[in-house]
Amino acid sequence: MLIFVADADVSWEFSDLIEAIYSAPTYHLVFEGCLILFIVGLLFQHSFLPSKRRGGSGDRLSKAEEDQLIAEWQPEPLVSGDPADEALLASYQRCATSQVGRSVTYSDGRTLVNFATGNFLDFIGEARIRDRALASLRHYGVGSCGPRGFYGTMDVHLHLEEQLAKFYGCEEAVLYSYGFSTIASAIPSYAKRHDIIFADERCCFAIQQGLEASRSKIIRFAHNDTAHLEELLQRQAEHDRRDPKKARVTRKFIVVEGLYVNCGDICPLGELVKLKYKYKVRLFVEESASLGTLGATRARHLRGGRRQRAGRGSDSGWNRECSGPLRGFVVGTKYVVDHQRLSGLGYCFSASLPPMLAAAASEALTMVDEMRGERTARLKSVSDRLHQRLLAELDNLWSVEGAPMSPIKHLRLHRCTGENSLPALEAACAAAADAGLLLTVARYVAQDLGQPAQPSIRLSVNCNHSDSEIGSLLDFLKSYATGLAKKCFQQLNISRKVRPWII
Amino acid sequence: MSVKHEEQFEPTPYVVAIITYIGYVMLAVFGHMRDFLRNHGFEKNLIATEPARTKDFVPLYQNFESFYTRNLYRRIRDCWNRPIRTCPGAEFELIDRKSPDHGWSFEYPGTHTRAINFGSYNYLGFAETDGPCADAAAAATETFGCGVGSPRAEAGNLDLHTRLEATVAEFVGAEDAIIFPMGFATNALNMPALIGKGCCVLSDELNHSSLVLGARLTGAKIKVFRHNDIADVEAKLRDAIVYGQDRTRRPFKKILIVVEGVYSMEGSVTRLPELIALKKKYKAYLYLDEAHSIGAMGPHGRGVVDYFGCDPRDVDVLMGTFTKSFGGAGGYIAGSQHLVALLRQRSHSGLYGASLPAPVAAQVVTAFQMLMGRAGPPGEGARRLKQLEVNTQYFRASLHRLGVIVYGHRTSPVVPVMIFMPGKIAAFGRETLKRGLGTVVVGYPATPIIESRARFCLSAAHSLDIIDRSVQIIDEVTSLLLMKYSRRPPPAWTAGITREWAEAQLKLVDQQRRPHGAANGGPVPRRPVECRGDPPDKVADENDAAVKDNLAAVAAAS
Repeated sequence: MLIFVADADVSWEFSDLIEAIYSAPTYHLVFEGCLILFIVGLLFQHSFLPSKRRGGSGDRLSKAEEDQLIAEWQPEPLVSGDPADEALLASYQRCATSQVGRSVTYSDGRTLVNFATGNFLDFIGEARIRDRALASLRHYGVGSCGPRGFYGTMDVHLHLEEQLAKFYGCEEAVLYSYGFSTIASAIPSYAKRHDIIFADERCCFAIQQGLEASRSKIIRFAHNDTAHLEELLQRQAEHDRRDPKKARVTRKFIVVEGLYVNCGDICPLGELVKLKYKYKVRLFVEESASLGTLGATRARHLRGGRRQRAGRGSDSGWNRECSGPLRGFVVGTKYVVDHQRLSGLGYCFSASLPPMLAAAASEALTMVDEMRGERTARLKSVSDRLHQRLLAELDNLWSVEGAPMSPIKHLRLHRCTGENSLPALEAACAAAADAGLLLTVARYVAQDLGQPAQPSIRLSVNCNHSDSEIGSLLDFLKSYATGLAKKCFQQLNISRKVRPWII
Repeated sequence: MSVKHEEQFEPTPYVVAIITYIGYVMLAVFGHMRDFLRNHGFEKNLIATEPARTKDFVPLYQNFESFYTRNLYRRIRDCWNRPIRTCPGAEFELIDRKSPDHGWSFEYPGTHTRAINFGSYNYLGFAETDGPCADAAAAATETFGCGVGSPRAEAGNLDLHTRLEATVAEFVGAEDAIIFPMGFATNALNMPALIGKGCCVLSDELNHSSLVLGARLTGAKIKVFRHNDIADVEAKLRDAIVYGQDRTRRPFKKILIVVEGVYSMEGSVTRLPELIALKKKYKAYLYLDEAHSIGAMGPHGRGVVDYFGCDPRDVDVLMGTFTKSFGGAGGYIAGSQHLVALLRQRSHSGLYGASLPAPVAAQVVTAFQMLMGRAGPPGEGARRLKQLEVNTQYFRASLHRLGVIVYGHRTSPVVPVMIFMPGKIAAFGRETLKRGLGTVVVGYPATPIIESRARFCLSAAHSLDIIDRSVQIIDEVTSLLLMKYSRRPPPAWTAGITREWAEAQLKLVDQQRRPHGAANGGPVPRRPVECRGDPPDKVADENDAAVKDNLAAVAAAS
């Protein structure tokens, strides 16, 4: 019934339409015709896509012209010829033939006391850890042969994750197979375009890579300066008040390091956590160097303040220094951390940690737990003692950067010993090798924004460094710098002597 | 079509495509219904939520972002992340999991399942708990411990590292090489040292995520070309040279073509000879990622360069990993001395990341030595290479005969079998495991949405019996799940690839190994300089003749 009515309606309209055309005046028909032509013209017009336009009728190059351009094009060489840094290349040729523990033997037969590599708790070469690794090697083989998703998950990985979460008092932990890519993948798995990240200006290069990969807006605050950070946060809050719609979807993060590798000092965690809750910003702490090393003060802070810690946005560590084999992990609440299992690039698309290394790390963590901070306390006292002696005995010769209890310290030549340059420090390291000490300058790539303005020697303390070892380090530093100062002084004297003669 | 490019990508049948889309629509509809129930308290919500302390923060990820995870992935979560408790060799033992709440969480009842391993990357079977490689790794652990704790540019260099670099350079035929402790980072962290702003990266659309990330970190202009489409590469190259950079129209400083040797989700092989010709014609540079092909392709296991008989010096950057064929971890970049010296000075990984752990380095050095015939039982390396090649062809031919759709190149040890429909992803993963076969199933987002697939990774550790058993299991499961979609007859090359052929081939390599063990022990001759498009047919003929003799012998014996 309804259909009939509708049908009748349409047929009526249609016939009406035809009749209307017949009865319309000619100028109207002409006008309508023009309109139709215009529409047809629009349909066939070229679109305004820039890519299409480039090849448009007018400026399209002929094949011969293209070939000409292609023949003329001269690319830069793939490897541009900047001068080779021989000292840097030489460090790839210096081969250790023993474990890089408290002392290292080199292929030229020299055995040096190690103040250069991170082995803070002296776990490298620890028999217990080695035996566990060997047992694991004979059970699983070396490689894991796949990413975590595709049969690369062994029971040791699950066990280690559980252990880490427990150690930190967090709900969940995620293991990565390489320290550097841990933080570099963890940041971009949360922070996307349009998000905002407040980062310390001295953050290490791995963090900077993560920041870059996230494509978020990066705001840098002065190193360890919470007042500056608060000022920036306030300014952002002001912005948010003006544009609440945007603020509701803009995630904000603070990224700091627990112990800054680039300058050896410690982040003011308590204040940062306060700021976090005040301004509702999530906090990333990079603990590569601080896990297990800042025990005495931080362990209480960490363990005692579990709740506070779990409340942090995320906590990430790529720990190369402390227990050697452990490569990288992220701990935090389940809500936060689980997300990375599907969106952390370095987690999903990379083969998992070799099981023997996971087993070794798990053993090291057990040892840290069993020792109840004994080695950590020792490390702190050794670092502290070294710091005091450096200040007391090497005044005017070397300047020291870093917190007293930090196991990482940066040394620079003082003004009156001559210019503090990379070659001068490299020469000092070479001289140290002759004196039986392994020292290294801190290396940076050119694009690293977090590197200090002045080059430095990075000292790494081991909890088992004896007083005599520290004594020989100080003796060397003192005699070397005194020698330099003498040379410098002589030059000064010469110039003084010379000057009146010129006048 | 020449043997070199014998690749198959049978198009998805229309009916299958439509049903697949319907499947996803159904899942989405049910997902929204379940979400509605969860949001209104009719169903218990088991998603990890923001803790109370951070409740009023901006959510870390949007609710709709996790729709796929919550409603599709979660239902079939048991097909991934399966934990194992043994070495990932030819067979492995899985730890059983039970989910009391449909995939939200797992419990471990303490039982185990033994299964054939077609999921791990173990192309040459070096994932072993004993033998020369494991012994070397154990010795290195004794000497060096597990960790180093310093970047190589500071004080983390062991003599093992230097030895490994020399070995890699010799094996791939490059002047020098540098090693890194993680394959993913090798790509992601080194590309920025080579190119930067004002350069152009031409990248295959199916390149691995690490290459994509690396290209993005360089700041160069990225142009993506269709998978293995040489005409498209040429068009994009011409365009890049002729029209230069966007907006400023300055010419690009350099152009880098980035490809993989074997693509891990397609099983396809890059068209290297054509790319080298293009690169020379247009003065571009070539970056070849051999992650899945080094050790697994070519008569000497030297990757696709070896397979096509090209000159390794024609490829500017040779990259590869130690995970897949050598049972280790980490990666390398090989090339000219200048290139490697530059990387040593500028590589982010070399300057900041801790160096490769000693046991891993020892394992990989020994594996390379075995392939070059200098370690292990005489001829063992050559035997493994042959076994992998025979296994691959035999397995692929058997699958083609079953009538499933198999993607990829005839000699690629990565074998994708098409599943298409979302429901069958889980069914295939579970049913094969129930019958004792561990495989990898992959769906969106790792593949295009309708092209879900199962992936089998062949290994030299598999015996022909294991392959036969697996093919039988696959036959059962694909019949059960109606997965034999193929409408084409098996390709012509599969006709001669039978069990007898495979046995004869293996016997041949065994015979060669015994009398000429010492001859095999010497270094393998250097690769020819000129790039050849096709393999020398003569060699193939000789091989075939020998196989025929062997077949006759086998027939006579039986």
